[in-house]
Amino acid sequence: MSSENILVKLDKAGLKQNNKWLVKGVTLQVEKGKIVTLIGPNGSGKSTTAKIALGIYKNIDGNVEKYTNKVGYVPQKISIDWTLPLRVNDFMLLTENLKDDEINNALSLTGVVHLKNKNLGTLSGGEFQRVLLARAISKKPDLLVLDEPVQGVDFTGEIALYELIKDISEKLNCGILLISHDLHTVMSATDHVVCLNGHVCCSGSPKDVARNNEYKALFGEQASQTLSLYEHKHDHTHGHDGEIKKN
Amino acid sequence: MFDDFFIRALVAGIGVAIVTGPLGCFVVWRRLSYFGDTLAHSALLGVTMAYSFQFNIAISVFLISSLIALILIKLQKRTNLPGDALLGLLAHSSLAVGLVVIGFLTFIRFDIMGLLFGDILAVNVTDLLIIWFGGGLILLVLKIIWKPLFASTVNYELAEAEGLNPDRAKAIFTILMAALIAISIKMVGLLLITGMLIIPAAMARNLSDSPFKMVLFSIIGGLLSVLIGLFSSLEFNTPSGPSIIAAALFLFILSLFRIKQSIQLKN
Repeated sequence: MSSENILVKLDKAGLKQNNKWLVKGVTLQVEKGKIVTLIGPNGSGKSTTAKIALGIYKNIDGNVEKYTNKVGYVPQKISIDWTLPLRVNDFMLLTENLKDDEINNALSLTGVVHLKNKNLGTLSGGEFQRVLLARAISKKPDLLVLDEPVQGVDFTGEIALYELIKDISEKLNCGILLISHDLHTVMSATDHVVCLNGHVCCSGSPKDVARNNEYKALFGEQASQTLSLYEHKHDHTHGHDGEIKKN
Repeated sequence: MFDDFFIRALVAGIGVAIVTGPLGCFVVWRRLSYFGDTLAHSALLGVTMAYSFQFNIAISVFLISSLIALILIKLQKRTNLPGDALLGLLAHSSLAVGLVVIGFLTFIRFDIMGLLFGDILAVNVTDLLIIWFGGGLILLVLKIIWKPLFASTVNYELAEAEGLNPDRAKAIFTILMAALIAISIKMVGLLLITGMLIIPAAMARNLSDSPFKMVLFSIIGGLLSVLIGLFSSLEFNTPSGPSIIAAALFLFILSLFRIKQSIQLKN
Protein backbone atom coordinates (compact mmCIF):
# COMPACT_ATOMS: atom_id res chain seq x y z
CA MET A 1 0.00 0.00 0.00
CA SER A 2 1.39 3.38 -0.91
CA SER A 3 1.52 6.01 1.79
CA GLU A 4 -0.03 8.75 -0.33
CA ASN A 5 -3.36 6.95 -0.14
CA ILE A 6 -3.51 7.39 3.61
CA LEU A 7 -6.09 9.95 4.73
CA VAL A 8 -5.78 9.72 8.46
CA LYS A 9 -3.42 7.81 10.66
CA LEU A 10 -3.63 7.16 14.39
CA ASP A 11 -0.50 5.97 16.15
CA LYS A 12 -1.00 4.69 19.72
CA ALA A 13 -3.60 7.42 20.14
CA GLY A 14 -5.56 7.71 23.34
CA LEU A 15 -7.53 10.17 25.45
CA LYS A 16 -7.49 10.54 29.21
CA GLN A 17 -10.20 12.59 30.85
CA ASN A 18 -10.54 13.11 34.61
CA ASN A 19 -7.82 10.53 35.22
CA LYS A 20 -9.68 7.89 33.26
CA TRP A 21 -8.66 6.55 29.89
CA LEU A 22 -11.59 6.76 27.49
CA VAL A 23 -9.58 4.89 24.92
CA LYS A 24 -5.93 4.01 24.75
CA GLY A 25 -3.26 2.91 22.32
CA VAL A 26 -5.33 2.93 19.13
CA THR A 27 -3.37 2.43 15.97
CA LEU A 28 -5.26 2.48 12.71
CA GLN A 29 -5.31 4.17 9.36
CA VAL A 30 -7.96 4.99 6.77
CA GLU A 31 -7.02 4.92 3.10
CA LYS A 32 -8.73 6.17 -0.04
CA GLY A 33 -11.53 3.93 -1.22
CA LYS A 34 -11.46 1.77 1.91
CA ILE A 35 -14.02 1.31 4.64
CA VAL A 36 -12.68 0.87 8.15
CA THR A 37 -15.24 -0.09 10.76
CA LEU A 38 -15.00 0.31 14.50
CA ILE A 39 -16.96 -2.18 16.56
CA GLY A 40 -17.17 -2.74 20.27
CA PRO A 41 -19.55 -2.58 23.21
CA ASN A 42 -20.95 0.64 24.68
CA GLY A 43 -18.32 2.78 26.29
CA SER A 44 -15.53 1.03 24.42
CA GLY A 45 -14.28 4.29 22.95
CA LYS A 46 -15.60 4.10 19.39
CA SER A 47 -16.95 7.65 19.18
CA THR A 48 -13.92 8.94 21.07
CA THR A 49 -11.63 7.26 18.56
CA ALA A 50 -13.58 8.84 15.70
CA LYS A 51 -13.29 12.27 17.31
CA ILE A 52 -9.56 11.75 17.85
CA ALA A 53 -9.23 10.93 14.15
CA LEU A 54 -11.16 14.11 13.30
CA GLY A 55 -8.93 16.26 15.48
CA ILE A 56 -11.75 17.40 17.77
CA TYR A 57 -9.80 16.58 20.93
CA LYS A 58 -6.70 18.60 21.55
CA ASN A 59 -4.95 16.94 24.50
CA ILE A 60 -4.53 13.45 23.16
CA ASP A 61 -1.92 10.87 23.88
CA GLY A 62 0.07 9.45 20.98
CA ASN A 63 -0.16 10.76 17.45
CA VAL A 64 -2.84 11.52 14.92
CA GLU A 65 -2.14 12.78 11.45
CA LYS A 66 -4.84 13.94 9.10
CA TYR A 67 -3.77 14.32 5.47
CA THR A 68 -6.93 15.96 4.18
CA ASN A 69 -9.20 18.81 5.14
CA LYS A 70 -12.10 17.65 3.00
CA VAL A 71 -13.93 15.82 5.74
CA GLY A 72 -17.58 14.87 6.12
CA TYR A 73 -18.76 13.98 9.61
CA VAL A 74 -21.96 12.42 10.89
CA PRO A 75 -21.78 12.58 14.68
CA GLN A 76 -23.54 10.06 16.87
CA LYS A 77 -25.24 12.70 18.92
CA ILE A 78 -25.96 16.19 17.73
CA SER A 79 -27.83 18.80 19.66
CA ILE A 80 -29.05 21.75 17.69
CA ASP A 81 -30.26 24.84 19.40
CA TRP A 82 -33.74 25.79 18.23
CA THR A 83 -33.17 29.48 18.89
CA LEU A 84 -31.69 29.23 15.41
CA PRO A 85 -34.15 29.32 12.55
CA LEU A 86 -32.56 26.66 10.36
CA ARG A 87 -33.98 24.94 7.32
CA VAL A 88 -32.54 21.77 5.83
CA ASN A 89 -31.19 23.88 2.99
CA ASP A 90 -29.30 26.18 5.40
CA PHE A 91 -27.93 23.15 7.22
CA MET A 92 -26.61 21.69 3.97
CA LEU A 93 -24.62 24.88 3.43
CA LEU A 94 -23.17 24.85 6.94
CA THR A 95 -19.53 24.11 6.22
CA GLU A 96 -19.34 24.27 2.43
CA ASN A 97 -20.64 26.53 -0.32
CA LEU A 98 -22.65 24.14 -2.45
CA LYS A 99 -24.58 24.76 -5.64
CA ASP A 100 -28.30 24.16 -5.55
CA ASP A 101 -28.14 21.03 -7.73
CA GLU A 102 -25.38 19.59 -5.52
CA ILE A 103 -27.70 19.98 -2.54
CA ASN A 104 -30.63 18.43 -4.39
CA ASN A 105 -28.46 15.58 -5.57
CA ALA A 106 -27.19 14.70 -2.10
CA LEU A 107 -30.67 14.96 -0.58
CA SER A 108 -32.09 12.73 -3.33
CA LEU A 109 -29.44 10.09 -2.66
CA THR A 110 -30.60 9.75 0.94
CA GLY A 111 -34.25 10.13 -0.07
CA VAL A 112 -35.12 13.40 1.64
CA VAL A 113 -35.11 15.99 -1.16
CA HIS A 114 -38.76 16.79 -0.37
CA LEU A 115 -37.69 18.10 3.06
CA LYS A 116 -35.33 20.73 1.66
CA ASN A 117 -37.29 23.76 2.84
CA LYS A 118 -38.52 22.23 6.08
CA ASN A 119 -37.30 23.57 9.39
CA LEU A 120 -34.72 21.24 10.91
CA GLY A 121 -36.65 21.09 14.17
CA THR A 122 -39.71 19.57 12.53
CA LEU A 123 -37.92 16.48 11.17
CA SER A 124 -38.29 13.02 12.69
CA GLY A 125 -35.22 11.22 14.01
CA GLY A 126 -34.83 9.07 10.91
CA GLU A 127 -35.38 12.00 8.54
CA PHE A 128 -32.80 14.06 10.40
CA GLN A 129 -30.32 11.18 10.20
CA ARG A 130 -30.78 11.08 6.42
CA VAL A 131 -30.19 14.83 6.23
CA LEU A 132 -27.02 14.46 8.32
CA LEU A 133 -25.73 11.80 5.94
CA ALA A 134 -26.66 13.87 2.88
CA ARG A 135 -24.81 16.87 4.31
CA ALA A 136 -21.70 14.80 4.98
CA ILE A 137 -21.55 13.36 1.46
CA SER A 138 -22.65 16.50 -0.40
CA LYS A 139 -19.26 18.14 -0.17
CA LYS A 140 -17.64 15.14 -1.85
CA PRO A 141 -15.19 14.59 0.98
CA ASP A 142 -11.95 12.64 0.90
CA LEU A 143 -12.68 11.28 4.34
CA LEU A 144 -16.09 10.37 5.72
CA VAL A 145 -16.49 9.69 9.41
CA LEU A 146 -19.86 8.10 10.11
CA ASP A 147 -20.78 7.48 13.73
CA GLU A 148 -23.78 5.16 13.61
CA PRO A 149 -25.14 6.88 10.52
CA VAL A 150 -28.39 4.93 10.25
CA GLN A 151 -29.64 5.12 13.83
CA GLY A 152 -33.38 5.61 13.90
CA VAL A 153 -33.77 4.87 10.20
CA ASP A 154 -36.43 2.32 9.23
CA PHE A 155 -35.33 -1.21 8.27
CA THR A 156 -35.52 -0.93 4.47
CA GLY A 157 -33.97 2.51 4.62
CA GLU A 158 -31.11 1.12 6.68
CA ILE A 159 -30.17 -1.40 4.00
CA ALA A 160 -30.45 1.22 1.26
CA LEU A 161 -28.30 3.68 3.16
CA TYR A 162 -25.56 1.11 3.78
CA GLU A 163 -25.64 0.32 0.06
CA LEU A 164 -25.29 4.04 -0.57
CA ILE A 165 -22.33 4.34 1.78
CA LYS A 166 -20.58 1.46 0.01
CA ASP A 167 -21.41 3.06 -3.32
CA ILE A 168 -20.02 6.43 -2.28
CA SER A 169 -16.73 5.00 -1.12
CA GLU A 170 -16.29 3.50 -4.60
CA LYS A 171 -17.58 6.47 -6.60
CA LEU A 172 -15.76 9.22 -4.74
CA ASN A 173 -12.82 6.98 -3.87
CA CYS A 174 -13.05 8.38 -0.37
CA GLY A 175 -12.00 6.67 2.82
CA ILE A 176 -14.70 5.89 5.37
CA LEU A 177 -14.35 5.44 9.09
CA LEU A 178 -17.60 3.79 10.12
CA ILE A 179 -18.98 3.01 13.52
CA SER A 180 -21.74 0.49 13.43
CA HIS A 181 -23.60 -1.83 15.73
CA ASP A 182 -24.84 -3.93 12.84
CA LEU A 183 -22.35 -6.79 12.64
CA HIS A 184 -23.96 -8.18 9.51
CA THR A 185 -23.26 -4.97 7.63
CA VAL A 186 -19.81 -4.73 9.10
CA MET A 187 -18.95 -8.19 7.85
CA SER A 188 -20.29 -7.65 4.34
CA ALA A 189 -19.20 -4.12 3.48
CA THR A 190 -15.99 -3.50 5.35
CA ASP A 191 -12.39 -3.77 4.28
CA HIS A 192 -10.91 -3.54 7.72
CA VAL A 193 -12.43 -4.04 11.16
CA VAL A 194 -11.09 -2.65 14.39
CA CYS A 195 -12.57 -4.19 17.47
CA LEU A 196 -12.36 -1.81 20.42
CA ASN A 197 -12.83 -2.29 24.12
CA GLY A 198 -11.03 0.70 25.61
CA HIS A 199 -8.06 -0.45 23.53
CA VAL A 200 -7.74 -2.35 20.27
CA CYS A 201 -8.79 -5.93 21.03
CA CYS A 202 -8.08 -7.12 17.53
CA SER A 203 -8.15 -5.84 14.00
CA GLY A 204 -7.89 -7.10 10.46
CA SER A 205 -10.17 -8.18 7.64
CA PRO A 206 -13.71 -9.09 8.71
CA LYS A 207 -12.90 -12.79 8.28
CA ASP A 208 -9.73 -12.59 10.33
CA VAL A 209 -11.47 -10.69 13.07
CA ALA A 210 -14.38 -13.13 13.15
CA ARG A 211 -11.90 -15.95 13.71
CA ASN A 212 -10.00 -14.06 16.35
CA ASN A 213 -10.31 -15.36 19.88
CA GLU A 214 -10.58 -11.94 21.45
CA TYR A 215 -13.39 -11.09 19.06
CA LYS A 216 -15.16 -14.31 20.02
CA ALA A 217 -14.65 -13.45 23.65
CA LEU A 218 -16.14 -10.03 23.02
CA PHE A 219 -19.07 -10.96 20.81
CA GLY A 220 -19.63 -14.64 21.63
CA GLU A 221 -18.80 -17.86 19.75
CA GLN A 222 -21.37 -17.46 17.03
CA ALA A 223 -20.82 -13.91 15.89
CA SER A 224 -23.89 -13.53 13.74
CA GLN A 225 -25.93 -10.39 13.40
CA THR A 226 -28.48 -11.69 15.85
CA LEU A 227 -25.93 -11.64 18.60
CA SER A 228 -26.41 -8.80 20.96
CA LEU A 229 -23.33 -6.74 21.51
CA TYR A 230 -24.08 -6.41 25.16
CA GLU A 231 -24.07 -10.05 26.12
CA HIS A 232 -20.43 -10.68 25.44
CA LYS A 233 -18.01 -11.88 28.06
CA HIS A 234 -14.76 -10.11 28.74
CA ASP A 235 -11.51 -11.86 29.28
CA HIS A 236 -10.28 -8.85 31.18
CA THR A 237 -11.49 -5.88 33.14
CA HIS A 238 -10.32 -2.31 33.20
CA GLY A 239 -8.97 -0.37 36.16
CA HIS A 240 -10.07 3.19 36.77
CA ASP A 241 -7.18 4.52 34.75
CA GLY A 242 -7.99 2.18 31.89
CA GLU A 243 -5.29 -0.34 32.74
CA ILE A 244 -6.09 -3.88 31.62
CA LYS A 245 -6.37 -6.60 34.20
CA LYS A 246 -6.65 -10.20 33.03
CA ASN A 247 -9.38 -12.18 34.78
CA MET B 1 -25.67 68.69 6.40
CA PHE B 2 -24.24 67.36 9.67
CA ASP B 3 -24.68 70.74 11.33
CA ASP B 4 -28.00 69.82 12.81
CA PHE B 5 -27.71 67.73 15.99
CA PHE B 6 -30.77 65.73 15.04
CA ILE B 7 -29.36 64.73 11.64
CA ARG B 8 -26.12 63.66 13.33
CA ALA B 9 -28.13 61.59 15.82
CA LEU B 10 -30.02 59.91 12.99
CA VAL B 11 -26.88 59.10 11.02
CA ALA B 12 -25.21 57.70 14.15
CA GLY B 13 -28.25 55.65 15.09
CA ILE B 14 -28.62 54.19 11.61
CA GLY B 15 -24.94 53.23 11.58
CA VAL B 16 -25.17 51.48 14.92
CA ALA B 17 -28.42 49.67 14.02
CA ILE B 18 -26.88 48.18 10.88
CA VAL B 19 -24.06 46.68 12.96
CA THR B 20 -26.11 45.55 15.97
CA GLY B 21 -28.51 43.66 13.67
CA PRO B 22 -26.23 40.78 12.64
CA LEU B 23 -24.15 40.84 15.85
CA GLY B 24 -27.34 40.75 17.92
CA CYS B 25 -28.44 37.58 16.10
CA PHE B 26 -25.25 35.86 17.18
CA VAL B 27 -25.72 37.16 20.73
CA VAL B 28 -29.17 35.52 20.79
CA TRP B 29 -28.05 32.30 19.05
CA ARG B 30 -24.97 31.83 21.21
CA ARG B 31 -26.72 32.92 24.44
CA LEU B 32 -24.30 35.76 25.02
CA SER B 33 -26.67 38.44 26.29
CA TYR B 34 -25.17 38.46 29.77
CA PHE B 35 -21.70 38.41 28.25
CA GLY B 36 -22.63 41.50 26.23
CA ASP B 37 -23.86 43.12 29.45
CA THR B 38 -20.55 42.41 31.14
CA LEU B 39 -18.55 43.98 28.33
CA ALA B 40 -20.87 47.00 28.36
CA HIS B 41 -20.54 47.48 32.13
CA SER B 42 -16.79 47.37 31.85
CA ALA B 43 -17.05 50.17 29.30
CA LEU B 44 -17.54 52.64 32.15
CA LEU B 45 -14.04 51.84 33.31
CA GLY B 46 -12.89 52.43 29.75
CA VAL B 47 -14.53 55.86 29.71
CA THR B 48 -12.91 56.90 32.97
CA MET B 49 -9.54 55.72 31.66
CA ALA B 50 -10.07 57.84 28.57
CA TYR B 51 -10.73 60.92 30.71
CA SER B 52 -7.83 60.20 33.06
CA PHE B 53 -5.26 59.85 30.31
CA GLN B 54 -6.78 62.25 27.75
CA PHE B 55 -7.43 59.40 25.35
CA ASN B 56 -10.05 58.71 22.70
CA ILE B 57 -13.13 57.21 24.41
CA ALA B 58 -13.94 54.62 21.75
CA ILE B 59 -10.40 53.23 21.65
CA SER B 60 -10.14 53.21 25.44
CA VAL B 61 -13.49 51.42 25.83
CA PHE B 62 -12.47 48.91 23.17
CA LEU B 63 -9.22 48.13 24.97
CA ILE B 64 -10.79 47.77 28.42
CA SER B 65 -13.68 45.62 27.11
CA SER B 66 -11.26 43.35 25.27
CA LEU B 67 -9.17 43.09 28.44
CA ILE B 68 -12.25 42.10 30.47
CA ALA B 69 -13.16 39.48 27.87
CA LEU B 70 -9.63 38.09 28.10
CA ILE B 71 -9.78 37.99 31.92
CA LEU B 72 -13.11 36.17 31.68
CA ILE B 73 -11.63 33.48 29.44
CA LYS B 74 -8.68 33.03 31.84
CA LEU B 75 -10.98 32.84 34.88
CA GLN B 76 -13.19 30.26 33.16
CA LYS B 77 -10.17 28.02 32.73
CA ARG B 78 -8.72 28.54 36.21
CA THR B 79 -11.72 28.47 38.55
CA ASN B 80 -14.62 26.13 39.16
CA LEU B 81 -17.15 28.95 39.32
CA PRO B 82 -20.05 28.78 36.87
CA GLY B 83 -19.94 31.11 33.88
CA ASP B 84 -22.79 33.37 34.98
CA ALA B 85 -21.19 33.96 38.39
CA LEU B 86 -17.93 34.98 36.70
CA LEU B 87 -19.83 37.30 34.35
CA GLY B 88 -21.64 38.92 37.26
CA LEU B 89 -18.38 39.28 39.16
CA LEU B 90 -16.67 41.04 36.27
CA ALA B 91 -19.70 43.14 35.25
CA HIS B 92 -20.40 44.63 38.63
CA SER B 93 -16.85 44.95 39.84
CA SER B 94 -15.76 46.77 36.69
CA LEU B 95 -18.81 49.02 36.96
CA ALA B 96 -18.02 49.70 40.62
CA VAL B 97 -14.33 50.33 40.00
CA GLY B 98 -15.29 52.67 37.16
CA LEU B 99 -17.57 54.67 39.48
CA VAL B 100 -14.91 54.77 42.21
CA VAL B 101 -12.37 56.14 39.72
CA ILE B 102 -14.90 58.81 38.72
CA GLY B 103 -15.03 59.80 42.39
CA PHE B 104 -11.32 60.55 42.27
CA LEU B 105 -11.56 62.56 39.06
CA THR B 106 -13.12 65.54 40.81
CA PHE B 107 -11.65 67.98 38.31
CA ILE B 108 -13.85 66.61 35.49
CA ARG B 109 -17.60 67.01 35.32
CA PHE B 110 -19.14 63.70 34.32
CA ASP B 111 -22.49 63.25 32.68
CA ILE B 112 -23.21 59.94 34.43
CA MET B 113 -26.71 59.71 33.01
CA GLY B 114 -25.29 60.19 29.53
CA LEU B 115 -22.82 57.37 30.11
CA LEU B 116 -25.41 54.98 31.49
CA PHE B 117 -28.25 55.70 29.09
CA GLY B 118 -26.58 57.32 26.12
CA ASP B 119 -26.58 60.83 24.77
CA ILE B 120 -27.10 60.44 21.07
CA LEU B 121 -27.95 64.09 20.66
CA ALA B 122 -24.42 65.05 21.72
CA VAL B 123 -22.83 62.96 18.96
CA ASN B 124 -20.25 64.97 17.00
CA VAL B 125 -18.75 64.47 13.54
CA THR B 126 -15.74 62.54 14.92
CA ASP B 127 -18.16 60.12 16.59
CA LEU B 128 -19.96 59.67 13.27
CA LEU B 129 -16.70 58.78 11.56
CA ILE B 130 -15.86 56.28 14.32
CA ILE B 131 -19.32 54.69 14.10
CA TRP B 132 -19.35 54.37 10.31
CA PHE B 133 -15.73 53.35 9.77
CA GLY B 134 -15.60 51.16 12.87
CA GLY B 135 -18.98 49.66 12.04
CA GLY B 136 -17.96 48.97 8.45
CA LEU B 137 -14.83 47.23 9.68
CA ILE B 138 -16.83 45.14 12.19
CA LEU B 139 -19.23 44.01 9.45
CA LEU B 140 -16.38 43.20 7.09
CA VAL B 141 -14.65 41.02 9.68
CA LEU B 142 -17.96 39.40 10.60
CA LYS B 143 -18.52 38.51 6.95
CA ILE B 144 -15.08 36.90 6.78
CA ILE B 145 -15.61 34.75 9.89
CA TRP B 146 -19.30 34.14 9.20
CA LYS B 147 -19.01 30.53 8.03
CA PRO B 148 -16.90 29.12 10.88
CA LEU B 149 -18.76 31.22 13.46
CA PHE B 150 -22.18 30.20 12.23
CA ALA B 151 -21.23 26.54 11.78
CA SER B 152 -19.85 26.35 15.30
CA THR B 153 -22.95 28.09 16.63
CA VAL B 154 -25.02 25.28 15.13
CA ASN B 155 -22.62 22.55 16.22
CA TYR B 156 -19.09 23.01 17.47
CA GLU B 157 -17.87 19.49 16.72
CA LEU B 158 -19.05 19.54 13.11
CA ALA B 159 -17.25 22.82 12.52
CA GLU B 160 -14.08 21.58 14.20
CA ALA B 161 -14.15 18.17 12.46
CA GLU B 162 -14.62 19.70 9.04
CA GLY B 163 -11.67 22.04 9.45
CA LEU B 164 -13.34 25.43 10.04
CA ASN B 165 -11.31 26.50 13.09
CA PRO B 166 -14.24 27.60 15.31
CA ASP B 167 -12.04 28.66 18.25
CA ARG B 168 -10.40 31.37 16.20
CA ALA B 169 -13.79 32.58 14.95
CA LYS B 170 -15.08 32.73 18.54
CA ALA B 171 -12.09 34.77 19.70
CA ILE B 172 -12.50 37.22 16.82
CA PHE B 173 -16.22 37.52 17.55
CA THR B 174 -15.44 38.49 21.15
CA ILE B 175 -13.22 41.30 19.86
CA LEU B 176 -16.01 42.42 17.52
CA MET B 177 -18.39 42.63 20.48
CA ALA B 178 -15.93 44.84 22.36
CA ALA B 179 -15.52 47.01 19.26
CA LEU B 180 -19.28 47.36 18.83
CA ILE B 181 -19.72 48.48 22.44
CA ALA B 182 -16.91 50.96 21.96
CA ILE B 183 -18.52 52.62 18.95
CA SER B 184 -22.08 52.60 20.24
CA ILE B 185 -21.62 53.51 23.90
CA LYS B 186 -22.31 57.18 23.27
CA MET B 187 -25.55 56.45 21.50
CA VAL B 188 -27.51 54.16 23.82
CA GLY B 189 -25.29 54.06 26.88
CA LEU B 190 -23.75 51.15 28.68
CA LEU B 191 -26.90 49.96 30.44
CA LEU B 192 -28.94 49.79 27.25
CA ILE B 193 -26.52 48.61 24.56
CA THR B 194 -27.33 44.94 25.15
CA GLY B 195 -30.98 45.82 24.62
CA MET B 196 -30.10 47.25 21.22
CA LEU B 197 -28.39 43.94 20.43
CA ILE B 198 -31.02 41.55 21.73
CA ILE B 199 -34.44 43.13 21.24
CA PRO B 200 -34.36 43.63 17.43
CA ALA B 201 -32.84 40.13 17.06
CA ALA B 202 -35.53 38.64 19.28
CA MET B 203 -38.18 40.39 17.23
CA ALA B 204 -36.58 39.07 14.05
CA ARG B 205 -36.60 35.51 15.42
CA ASN B 206 -40.38 35.71 15.66
CA LEU B 207 -40.63 36.58 11.98
CA SER B 208 -37.98 34.40 10.34
CA ASP B 209 -37.52 30.84 9.20
CA SER B 210 -33.90 31.13 8.06
CA PRO B 211 -30.74 32.68 9.51
CA PHE B 212 -30.41 35.13 6.63
CA LYS B 213 -33.94 36.44 7.13
CA MET B 214 -33.36 36.79 10.84
CA VAL B 215 -30.28 38.96 10.25
CA LEU B 216 -32.18 41.05 7.70
CA PHE B 217 -35.23 41.58 9.94
CA SER B 218 -32.96 42.31 12.87
CA ILE B 219 -31.30 45.14 10.92
CA ILE B 220 -34.67 46.48 9.78
CA GLY B 221 -36.01 46.26 13.33
CA GLY B 222 -32.99 48.14 14.65
CA LEU B 223 -33.36 50.86 12.00
CA LEU B 224 -37.08 51.29 12.73
CA SER B 225 -36.34 51.47 16.46
CA VAL B 226 -33.80 54.24 15.90
CA LEU B 227 -36.19 56.20 13.67
CA ILE B 228 -39.25 55.82 15.90
CA GLY B 229 -37.21 56.34 19.06
CA LEU B 230 -35.45 59.49 17.88
CA PHE B 231 -38.50 61.15 16.39
CA SER B 232 -40.58 60.45 19.46
CA SER B 233 -37.80 61.67 21.73
CA LEU B 234 -37.84 64.93 19.74
CA GLU B 235 -41.64 65.06 19.84
CA PHE B 236 -42.19 64.21 23.52
CA ASN B 237 -38.86 65.48 24.85
CA THR B 238 -37.91 62.05 26.28
CA PRO B 239 -34.31 60.76 26.64
CA SER B 240 -33.15 59.44 23.28
CA GLY B 241 -31.41 56.15 24.24
CA PRO B 242 -34.30 54.79 26.33
CA SER B 243 -36.76 55.97 23.64
CA ILE B 244 -34.94 53.86 21.02
CA ILE B 245 -35.01 50.77 23.27
CA ALA B 246 -38.69 51.37 24.10
CA ALA B 247 -39.42 51.56 20.36
CA ALA B 248 -37.58 48.25 19.89
CA LEU B 249 -39.71 46.72 22.63
CA PHE B 250 -42.83 48.02 20.90
CA LEU B 251 -41.76 46.30 17.66
CA PHE B 252 -41.01 43.09 19.56
CA ILE B 253 -44.50 43.08 21.03
CA LEU B 254 -45.96 43.58 17.55
CA SER B 255 -43.92 40.60 16.31
CA LEU B 256 -45.53 38.40 18.97
CA PHE B 257 -48.89 38.83 17.23
CA ARG B 258 -47.33 37.49 14.07
CA ILE B 259 -46.35 34.27 15.94
CA LYS B 260 -49.86 33.89 17.32
CA GLN B 261 -51.21 34.25 13.80
CA SER B 262 -48.88 31.66 12.29
CA ILE B 263 -49.68 29.20 15.08
CA GLN B 264 -53.37 29.67 14.39
CA LEU B 265 -52.77 29.14 10.69
CA LYS B 266 -51.03 25.84 11.37
CA ASN B 267 -53.95 24.52 13.40
